[in-house]
Amino acid sequence: MTNPTHDYYARSHHDHDHAHDHDHDDHKVPNPANEHDNGPPGEYEIMSRAMQELLEQKGLITAEQVAKRMEQFDEEFPYRGAQIVARAWTDPAYKQRLLDDGRAACAEAGVMLEAERLIAVENTPAVHNVIVCTLCSCYPRSLLGMPPTWYKSRNYRSRVVFEPRTVLREFGTVLPDSVTVRVHDSNADMRYLVVPMRPAGTDGWSIERLAGLISRDMLVGVTVPKLPA
Amino acid sequence: MSADFSFKSTYAPAPVRRYNVGDKVTVKRAFPPGHRRTPQYIRGKQGVIERICGAYPNPEELAYGFDGKPEKVLYRVRFAQSHVWPGYAGPANDVIEMEVYEHWLEPVKG
Repeated sequence: MTNPTHDYYARSHHDHDHAHDHDHDDHKVPNPANEHDNGPPGEYEIMSRAMQELLEQKGLITAEQVAKRMEQFDEEFPYRGAQIVARAWTDPAYKQRLLDDGRAACAEAGVMLEAERLIAVENTPAVHNVIVCTLCSCYPRSLLGMPPTWYKSRNYRSRVVFEPRTVLREFGTVLPDSVTVRVHDSNADMRYLVVPMRPAGTDGWSIERLAGLISRDMLVGVTVPKLPA
Repeated sequence: MSADFSFKSTYAPAPVRRYNVGDKVTVKRAFPPGHRRTPQYIRGKQGVIERICGAYPNPEELAYGFDGKPEKVLYRVRFAQSHVWPGYAGPANDVIEMEVYEHWLEPVKG
């Protein structure tokens, strides 16, 4: 994913043209919350960092507590999308319910979503779907867990809308021109799930075995499931 | 987590609305200040209503602590990539879709 010509962070590091007067030498440990961001920090991010540093200096919180809390987020939002999609692969009626009303279908499987609506979009031999949130990083966390680093990057968010095929190729997903690429900008109240195509040669597989083929990235649409070679 | 099988979707089909699936619309080319969920790159572009998402509290009001009432109808609009990005490198049938609130849309005649 890291292409220096598109990587603002790489350039700003070389030029050191930060748009703020923040003394980086004060940082003993880089803030892990900012690892994902390859643009200059925004006003709120700077305020948030400053607040954390102040609270640490006053001895009210420790960096370890902050790191621990971030780990807890991962535990609170486990990745459960594979089970849902594997069930849809084995049960056409369930798949239809998932496509009709994703939130209700997830609830039926015991996954309660925080978003008002989940829109499930199905990959077919004619259409490939890919999800992005250009405005921030909207993501169905209660279904897919915490969003991956690349999903929140400025690189992905800015490029996948206007050169989706190039970005997909960088993920190893090469699509012929006969396949329509359908980009979904998750820009307001809906959340999205890509239902990938079930690979050939998996007839008779159990839901558990099928779920083992399904990674998080496939449910955002940047990769597709394949049988192990 | 225990499953709640009595759960019903909150999906509200928004019976009072201006547009229907298939209608041609243009996103307003406006640049008001404040919290807006309409990306800059789509303003002024023409698309087709893909689905009606329902009516939701207006995020432009919620962002500032108001109650977001009256609720606004939210649509998904499909745009041709070749229209959105002059010089788009992919095939002509590639599309991009996103959510646009009704007050950001204008009808296209014909």
